Amino acid sequence: MRLTKHTIGASSIALATGLVMAGVAQADDNGLDLAGETVEWIIPFSETGGSARWANFYAPLLNEALPGNPTVVVTFMPGAGSTRGANHFQGLEYEDGTTIFGSSGSTQFPYLLDDPRVRYEYGDWNVVLASGTGGVVYLPADLAEELASGGIDAIADENFIYGSQGATRLDLVPLLAWELLGLNVEPVFGIEGRGDGRLMFERGEANIDYQTSSSFLSGVTPLVEAGTAVPWFTFGSLDDQGNIVRDPTFPDLPTFTEVCAAAAACATSGTAYDAWVAFFTAGFPAQKMVFLPAGAPQEAIDTYSAAFEAITQREDFEEISLTRLGVYPQMTGAAAEAALATATVVPDEARTFVIDWLADRYGVVLQ
Amino acid sequence: MILAPSVLGFLVLGVVMGLCVGVFPGLGGIAGLSLLLPFMFGMEPLLGLALMVGMVAVVPTSDTFASVLMGIPGSSASQATVLDGFPLAKKGQAARALSAAFSASLFGGILGAAFLTFFILAARPIVLLFQTPELLMVTIFGLSMVGILAGRVAIKGIVAAGLGLLVGTIGEGASAGALRMSTFDTPYLMDGFKLVIVGLAIFAVPEIVALLRQDRAISDRQALGGGWLAGIKSWWQNKWLSVRCSLIGVAVGVIPGLGGSVVDWIAYGHTVQTSKDKSKFGSGDIRGVIGPESSNNAKEGGGLVPTLLFGIPGSGSMAIFISGVALLGTGQIEVGPSMINNNLNFTYAIVWLLAVANVFGTLICILASGGIARLTNIRFALLAPFLFMIISFAAFQSRQSLWDLVALFGIGFLGIMMRRFDWSRPAFLIGFVLAAPAERYTNQAFQIASSRFRQGMEQGLDYVFSPIVIVLIIVTIVSVFFGLRQAKNIQAEGNVNSGGKRAPLIFLLAVTAYIGLAYWNASLIPDFARMDRIFPIFVATVSLVGCAILLIQMRFKPESHPLFADREIEEAEINTYGLWSTLAWFAALLIATSLVGFILALAVFLLLFIRFRAQKSWAFAGIYTAAGIAFICSMAAALNRDFPPGLLQTLVELPWPLT
Repeated sequence: MRLTKHTIGASSIALATGLVMAGVAQADDNGLDLAGETVEWIIPFSETGGSARWANFYAPLLNEALPGNPTVVVTFMPGAGSTRGANHFQGLEYEDGTTIFGSSGSTQFPYLLDDPRVRYEYGDWNVVLASGTGGVVYLPADLAEELASGGIDAIADENFIYGSQGATRLDLVPLLAWELLGLNVEPVFGIEGRGDGRLMFERGEANIDYQTSSSFLSGVTPLVEAGTAVPWFTFGSLDDQGNIVRDPTFPDLPTFTEVCAAAAACATSGTAYDAWVAFFTAGFPAQKMVFLPAGAPQEAIDTYSAAFEAITQREDFEEISLTRLGVYPQMTGAAAEAALATATVVPDEARTFVIDWLADRYGVVLQ
Repeated sequence: MILAPSVLGFLVLGVVMGLCVGVFPGLGGIAGLSLLLPFMFGMEPLLGLALMVGMVAVVPTSDTFASVLMGIPGSSASQATVLDGFPLAKKGQAARALSAAFSASLFGGILGAAFLTFFILAARPIVLLFQTPELLMVTIFGLSMVGILAGRVAIKGIVAAGLGLLVGTIGEGASAGALRMSTFDTPYLMDGFKLVIVGLAIFAVPEIVALLRQDRAISDRQALGGGWLAGIKSWWQNKWLSVRCSLIGVAVGVIPGLGGSVVDWIAYGHTVQTSKDKSKFGSGDIRGVIGPESSNNAKEGGGLVPTLLFGIPGSGSMAIFISGVALLGTGQIEVGPSMINNNLNFTYAIVWLLAVANVFGTLICILASGGIARLTNIRFALLAPFLFMIISFAAFQSRQSLWDLVALFGIGFLGIMMRRFDWSRPAFLIGFVLAAPAERYTNQAFQIASSRFRQGMEQGLDYVFSPIVIVLIIVTIVSVFFGLRQAKNIQAEGNVNSGGKRAPLIFLLAVTAYIGLAYWNASLIPDFARMDRIFPIFVATVSLVGCAILLIQMRFKPESHPLFADREIEEAEINTYGLWSTLAWFAALLIATSLVGFILALAVFLLLFIRFRAQKSWAFAGIYTAAGIAFICSMAAALNRDFPPGLLQTLVELPWPLT
């Protein structure tokens, strides 16, 4: 046991040094031609999640767009809420541009919350794509009716049940939003994916839920049409100045900020609200990102950025991405870098507030 | 629509690919489907569906080969098949067992499709009736199968199931994220063990080691001629059993959240309970093959309901299937709540493609079974290294970490000991499989019920004691009652003689120590995460009480009591090699892998094993090694997988496959 532990420690150092040298040696090559190569796209989740769908959507397009048309293979490396795969990627150095990594909000949050499992540093990586998304909160028809007639006070006494994947995951954003609105929401943990949460809602056990935009479009819209679910608000979307505006996919729905402003219990200023904005900004507008490992030369970054740029400029992109990704910015180049910057930094007050709130409200201690 | 030649062509292509992947234990549909995904983009929807459905459909059929011939559960769908299928193979009736299994599979698949054709329109509201308390009761019903499979000493079976449950709770708790039997410094344990590894370790490793020690072929008798006709005849004689088990398969498959991993056990339990003559179960009763195999293919059909109607994959392969469907054509097929309204024709196409794929798959399997069954006549020392290579490779797919192999070896050792002292391995596995759902549904049902009771007594009681729950409670009680009464007659793993007192006592003490450790470890979980504490504490307490009773019994019972069952004594005459020297071979492979990586270690292992253990010439060993390495490399290349690296790989860069 001890021997193996040592070997692993020693191995990562040796690996790092060995690969740095290899990286330096190859950095002089001009341009990147991946003909005959296999690009490995590491997804730190299982085959079943939203990240898998996102990567499976892009992988064949990337194959067409990269010079040399390499085979693009999505490799799933689930574990420890995506921190395992991210730690693994951190241990890699740029070699020949055939390894890329897809992170998600669930990779960002533990990083922001100083989770002890996090051994990775976003600053070391090179972003080549940032995909945004949004989130929609919805209610059962009867509660929506009460809300419509009596305002938010009418449902303030309701015992809400919400199927949650864990308070430190992306669920932090809706849970904090409901808390700010003064709702009494009890999260039932142990849900394995948002789809299971929706099923719990459909079974009538949960009576409040949220889905990311693409899942809402495919999974909840039929329920809305059938009259069993009613959308309430979106988390909104960021404009160029960083203000929260209405979600372009759901322009008719108010944002959380609007709902909060209208509610007596809720204030659109102060530490708690600022913390919500900070974590929303980290989790949604650039929820999923593609990275090249540390030490990637500029031409490799440019090659990949150009490939993703080409994909998003495809004539049929809007059509093929509509139901798979929703209408959200797919950012490359400088925009992606800006998105990365806002997604991986939260003010210290916001972080402290959320860490304390998680400990007080859910007994979650991250150490 | 589905009978167009091009569709059938792609279906057969998928079936053949699925058979090629499914024959190898532990790989299953996930690996195969991942292989297909890159080709799905923009493909004509019906053709793509045919390809994928063909592949998914035959995995539960082809995995039967490994279960029956080698005693290795090919996938989670055919664990129960091992219990009777493998003894049949040992008796030289492999061809009969296989063809009975395939007939049952085929029938289950078609019955499942026929049932779904009508049911799928009405399924949605029925599935939604299964709320958390109902799911919990279904889980408990699955656990109650332990009663039938407990073996001669019921308490040993219960403790074995408790041990399985506790091993299943290792890692991060689902409710509050508390760590059980693991720390932040042991990231491998934090995620818990995967079913692939535990299934292979608990069934395959002990069988491989046991057969190796005897140094003979799996079956010392020549296969009976025309065995496959006898198998079909056996199936026909038990057609009603097959009908019932198929319906069980569909019903369990339809319920989302449980997955199909227990359906074969439930079917096996049902088979045993409804049979008049129970004496042969576990030592080669053909009904023990027909039951589980009828259910596991029917389950695939049932599993389409949560997948297609709710967009909730019932299994890992179904999850990839959803991804694949989304890539087809212009993405117009949307799996989920709108599927029935918008794409009813595709829904039916999938259901019936599944049935047709079953027909093709079964025909190919039956045709091949006579030839493949001859494998059981090969001297096992020549087969074992090859099998071990494959299960190591399969285990490594779980997390792509060297620890996968350590886990395989460690739990395999536990399996060897459980086999030796006649502790029910099926009970352990059922416990392991159901640990996560049992804990999750208990906690969730408790939490939701508390909220309902706060609204009022009536709402709370309505929620907890729905009609479905009450029916399930009655079924479970009846099943446990009869199960325990009959358990003494059912020796799911054959008869075992008793030996001395010392060795069984030491094993019991070791099990007790682990359970005690798990109890202590869980008791350290602080109050705010108590939801993660209750379940392991409860299971450990029950198990410890069982251990205490066993210890007291051991004190007072004579050596001849079944309590002291010890296969070492029984098999002493037929064992040519010692346990430790056999294990040392595999331990050496493991250590060598950690040093020089899997492929190099494997090459040396194969060469030396064939030369010295199997006593073949250097030339033979060389050719065997080259063939083995070439085979595993081509398989890894096709599936685009790497091998476990060792210390050497961290020092120098080596080309694939040595990386």
